[in-house]
Amino acid sequence: MPRDAFRGGIHPPDMKHLSAGRPIERAAVPERLVVPAIQHIGACCEPTVDPGQRVKRGQAIALVDAFVSAPVHSPVDGVVEEISEHLTAAGLRVPCVTIIPDAEQDFDRWEPVEGSDLAAIVRAAGVVGLGGATFPSAVKLVPPKEFTVTTVILNGCECEPYLTCDHRLMLEAPDRVVRGGVIIRESLGAERLVIGIESNKKDAAEAVREAAQGTEAEVVVLPTKYPQGAEKQLIWAILRKEVPHGKLPAAAGALVHNVGTAAAIADAVDVRKPLMERVVTVTGRVAKPGNYRVLLGTLVSDLIEMAGGFSGEVERVIAGGPMTGPVLGSLDVPVTKGMSGVVVLGPGDAAKPVDEDQPCIRCGRCSEACPMFLQPFAIGTYANARLWDRTEQFHALDCIECGACAYVCPTSRPLVQLIRIAKAELAAKGVRP
Amino acid sequence: MSDTGQERRLVVAVPPHIHGPESCRSIMLWVVGALAPAAAWSMVQMGTPAVVTYAVCIGTALASEAAWNALAKRPQTITDGSALVTGLLLAMSLPPLTPWWISAVGAAVAIVLGKMVFGGLGWNLFNPALVGRAFVLLSWGGVLSKLPSKGWYRTIDVAGSGSLDAISGATRLAIAAAVRMAKGGYGFDLAAQYRPLLLRNLEGSLGEVSAALLIAGGLVLIWKRIIDWRIPVGYVGAMALLSWGFGSDPIFNVLAGGVLLGAFFMATDYVSSPMTRNARLVYGIGCGVFNAVGRFFGSMPESTTFAILFMNGLAPLLDRIFVPRTFGWVKRDG
Repeated sequence: MPRDAFRGGIHPPDMKHLSAGRPIERAAVPERLVVPAIQHIGACCEPTVDPGQRVKRGQAIALVDAFVSAPVHSPVDGVVEEISEHLTAAGLRVPCVTIIPDAEQDFDRWEPVEGSDLAAIVRAAGVVGLGGATFPSAVKLVPPKEFTVTTVILNGCECEPYLTCDHRLMLEAPDRVVRGGVIIRESLGAERLVIGIESNKKDAAEAVREAAQGTEAEVVVLPTKYPQGAEKQLIWAILRKEVPHGKLPAAAGALVHNVGTAAAIADAVDVRKPLMERVVTVTGRVAKPGNYRVLLGTLVSDLIEMAGGFSGEVERVIAGGPMTGPVLGSLDVPVTKGMSGVVVLGPGDAAKPVDEDQPCIRCGRCSEACPMFLQPFAIGTYANARLWDRTEQFHALDCIECGACAYVCPTSRPLVQLIRIAKAELAAKGVRP
Repeated sequence: MSDTGQERRLVVAVPPHIHGPESCRSIMLWVVGALAPAAAWSMVQMGTPAVVTYAVCIGTALASEAAWNALAKRPQTITDGSALVTGLLLAMSLPPLTPWWISAVGAAVAIVLGKMVFGGLGWNLFNPALVGRAFVLLSWGGVLSKLPSKGWYRTIDVAGSGSLDAISGATRLAIAAAVRMAKGGYGFDLAAQYRPLLLRNLEGSLGEVSAALLIAGGLVLIWKRIIDWRIPVGYVGAMALLSWGFGSDPIFNVLAGGVLLGAFFMATDYVSSPMTRNARLVYGIGCGVFNAVGRFFGSMPESTTFAILFMNGLAPLLDRIFVPRTFGWVKRDG
């Protein structure tokens, strides 16, 4: 029986039918790959290769000696064309290694990663949170000193509309997901391993449950509600514990990894495979919506072409899900570790852009929808008035930026953006959660 | 790189990139739809004067908002539906035979002084329709109370309560009050009034013709989550409880007068009511309490209007008192 979901949240049309039935398919090798030297949250890597140099699939091409960081590997055998700054989906120009792949590629072979212990291997493999957070995973394998992690949770909710990459992964490689979970649980010495999956993916839950037989992993089917996959809401749904304000999930005894991350950790540990590719859902207004195994550094324009090109009128191209993903102003940006989807929206699918500053009609829908029990209208109004102290009193820093408030706002106020501005202003003033 | 953003025009906007089905206009149209059966029934029963009152109120509300926007050089807002709701609600709070120019002044005051001078929709402290109604009552209350009615009261013996003229055009409510004052008790059976009040009541304002249709419309709005049940439930509950406590018939007191129109459609106005759950419940109860106290002890028959306006004024304070606990916080600091 599904457990109660968290309080708040929304039920947008999930639109997963477009791609949920499409098995993961390997995307073609493009003419060139543009691999950013930073694809995670943390310290930026330095490219370690030079133009003209031959690189092998799996070879590290950007490294940095920092605790919170993740190296980058070449996804192909090929030749480095140049090292230059290139635009990324986040809207930043970052150092990128451009590689011309060889005509022949053997995807079953790679330079194995090395490491003295589990965390070192995962770190050397460049694994980061694949749900979109891109936090280096190795950091989360070292037990925190002040708290005891009792439960490892794998996040298979995939609550963002349109996205189906985690769904397909759980369906097609459930053993890798479970194996990754077991590795994480063991390395932390946690008691339980729980895999949370939304009720709109019953087939995936069934597959994972079967794969979990003979292991300690428990599969929990959760009600379909956005944002069920948000870390704090997922922990609450499974453990009935709130992560205290300003604390890590470990303070509630939990540690959460995305299911794709778990599979990548399993690959790193078992077959020493670095993170060079990921499953990306390409969906919406493309001729062949589907789930593609994409080499990191593939340009979105190439990826869309592989998916048959645009179909119909196109308004927005989103990197990730439509609730939280950044929109692309240019398709000349590479696929990175955190890009779970490329969602193409047209008129009627996409929200209408709002030009004028719309009034708050004080309906209270945003506060009903907020899974953090915040009052987005108040933070938004104070942000508009530049009263940053007031935004802090209304706990702007607790906002998880899920977008539920802006989704329900009848006058389409850009609430998330206003809260983000408030957060940035507070951060600039040195205010920390 | 055959198809970049430079060649194809892409929309660049902040997330979320999808939006729910609700808009300001759709919400306002739900409110209009919920009021429509009661309004239509009142036109059927009251005939041409009712149609004129509705037309003048709604027309003037839209025209004054358009004119204000034009004069203030602001973007036109009359299509957001809120002026339509204000006009409709004002009409339903007026008797059918209200002189057209009083309706027009009321609607213009509602829009201009009730809403636009504050900065338009979203910025007003008080419910615009009630501001218009209060203005009309304070200016021409005597005119309104002497309007002819269809004469139900003539069959009631109100000996000792003064001449019939004094209460001509009076509502069941006013008669009940008058009789209670004169005789120290009710001279007629309040329970016998349930049926006419629910289905066909020709005394009072246009919104009082059928309580049943108002309740039905209100329930639809609660079901569709357009309004929060806490406000009408708190309001009606407090009204019924206090009426009973003051020795009167609770059902009669809920059905008679403007209570239902107020509880479901006026007090629930988003802009002038609180925004969080607990604050809304307290606000609803407050409306009911002041309405009951005004009805039983006040010197004016207009307790609904002023009860809601009073609570409108308290709404920002209630919002401030009942700030919900943030997820992850044990209790609020400060």
